Amino acid sequence: MTGPRIVIVGAGPAGIRAAETLAVAGLLPTVIDEGARAGGQIYRRPPDGFTRPPETLYGSQAAKAVALHAAFDGLAAAGRIVHLPRHSVVALAGGVLHAMGDGRSRRIGYDRLILATGATDRLAPVPGWQAPGVYSLGAMQIALKAQGIAMGRRIVLAGSGPLLTLLATQLIKAGAGVAAVLDTAGLRGQMAAFPDLAVRPSFALQGLAMRARLGRLYHAGITLEAIKASDTGVTAVRWTDAGGRRRRTDCDAVGLGWHLRAETQLADLAGCRFAYDPTWAQWLPCADRMGRAGDSVYLAGDGLRLLGADGAEVAGRLAASACLSDLGLPGPDGTADLKRLDRLERFARGIARAFPWPADQVRALPDDAVLCRCEGVTAGSVRETAVYGGAEANRVKSLGRAGMGRCQGRYCQIAATDLIASASGLAHAGEAGRLRAQAPIRPTAIGEWLEQE
Amino acid sequence: MSGMAGGRLVRLAETGRAPVRFLLDGVERVALAGDTVLTAVLANAPALRQAEFGPEQRAGFCLMGACQDCWIWQEQGPRIRACSTPVADGMRLLTRTREDWP
Repeated sequence: MTGPRIVIVGAGPAGIRAAETLAVAGLLPTVIDEGARAGGQIYRRPPDGFTRPPETLYGSQAAKAVALHAAFDGLAAAGRIVHLPRHSVVALAGGVLHAMGDGRSRRIGYDRLILATGATDRLAPVPGWQAPGVYSLGAMQIALKAQGIAMGRRIVLAGSGPLLTLLATQLIKAGAGVAAVLDTAGLRGQMAAFPDLAVRPSFALQGLAMRARLGRLYHAGITLEAIKASDTGVTAVRWTDAGGRRRRTDCDAVGLGWHLRAETQLADLAGCRFAYDPTWAQWLPCADRMGRAGDSVYLAGDGLRLLGADGAEVAGRLAASACLSDLGLPGPDGTADLKRLDRLERFARGIARAFPWPADQVRALPDDAVLCRCEGVTAGSVRETAVYGGAEANRVKSLGRAGMGRCQGRYCQIAATDLIASASGLAHAGEAGRLRAQAPIRPTAIGEWLEQE
Repeated sequence: MSGMAGGRLVRLAETGRAPVRFLLDGVERVALAGDTVLTAVLANAPALRQAEFGPEQRAGFCLMGACQDCWIWQEQGPRIRACSTPVADGMRLLTRTREDWP
């Protein structure tokens, strides 16, 4: 092929719309994705042989899911995009990506790179969360959508954010046993954000209606105390309600999540700048409104701004338009999409304020609580390391191993910086810095690495 | 649910798929075509593996390939990430590390 080599990492809503925009302009982008089928996490598709219709899988968002899947499958079948499914990009340097899949490693050069790497759940540690039977909220939703299963017979969902209510509704509708829905966000804070949420009235009303249907299962303004477990798994959640009463809910599975954490390792390896965003309580990469992040790199979707699936579609189109424009090629006019992006961002910031990161719960963790699930590093150990070794995330990682495990800090870094900040008298978690990404960004078998294509 | 004794998860839908047979700790177990290894094991057992850094067992966490909690041993050696690997006929999975390795 003779055109510019454009690689997109991620085949969720952002990656699909970016690929479509480039293909329509006559280019042949390569899309690398970890999934077996394009769609990303929120529009994830079950394997072949599953038969539930889109309305069952995606509810009110079914039409959007179907449109995205059809757009991608059509372009792939017509040979207008190159799709590399079941491949993980684990490293990136000098204009070359290292992708692992099919038991070997490939080196893929690019002239322009669009990173649409999405997000994971944002997790706050709860004492006992290392027990078998504790999952992220996203995990429970994937289990339901892609496998038709519930992760337990009697489930407690806890945390905050839109997914908490949505997942509870989906599980109940599918016939799962939900024992309680525990929201660490108080009702007063949720109401205060309502003016921003009202810029997307249908979404805001859907959320309220789902909440109403949960009835007495839903509790706002709670504090999570501990997850209790036996040898075989979770047995109960202990929590304090908004009125200060201590409560206990028996269960055999717990779903936890506080909204989203941007997946930014590749952006970091690509040299993008980062800034701490207090609204999202995390470090996010910097880009212009189109998604230009410097050095032929573009960012789109939840890996850049946590706007959700609709925002990801818009951002994917904008990043591809910017890429076309920078190549001197004609592309679609982004004016309407930029306006959409502003509205979606206002809504998303309202959501972030309505369902905030539980900093007080994290800072109050007992010393013996496990902070890092990978290696069992405790909150006390992080506090001690911060005081002895310097109040900075990478130093605490080097000296005390928080963030050194197999997930590379994806699930402990945000809480760890809260603990470092509070143990060291810093004003906020952002002052404790940010873990540098280290390649490979997924565990990689030596044998597969040596088996180069 | 029948055949799920000792399992952690509950099948809510799509139960008409073809059976897949695999070994878990040397005992033949049945899963369904299209199950991930994680689904296949947790339909039959409460956990996937023993934690290396604590007394507890582990049963996966994120199900999207990000947390790396669900790596499970195979009898022949290589581990696999259970949430992102489809189960296959004849797999020989272990919830504990083999003790007879040199």
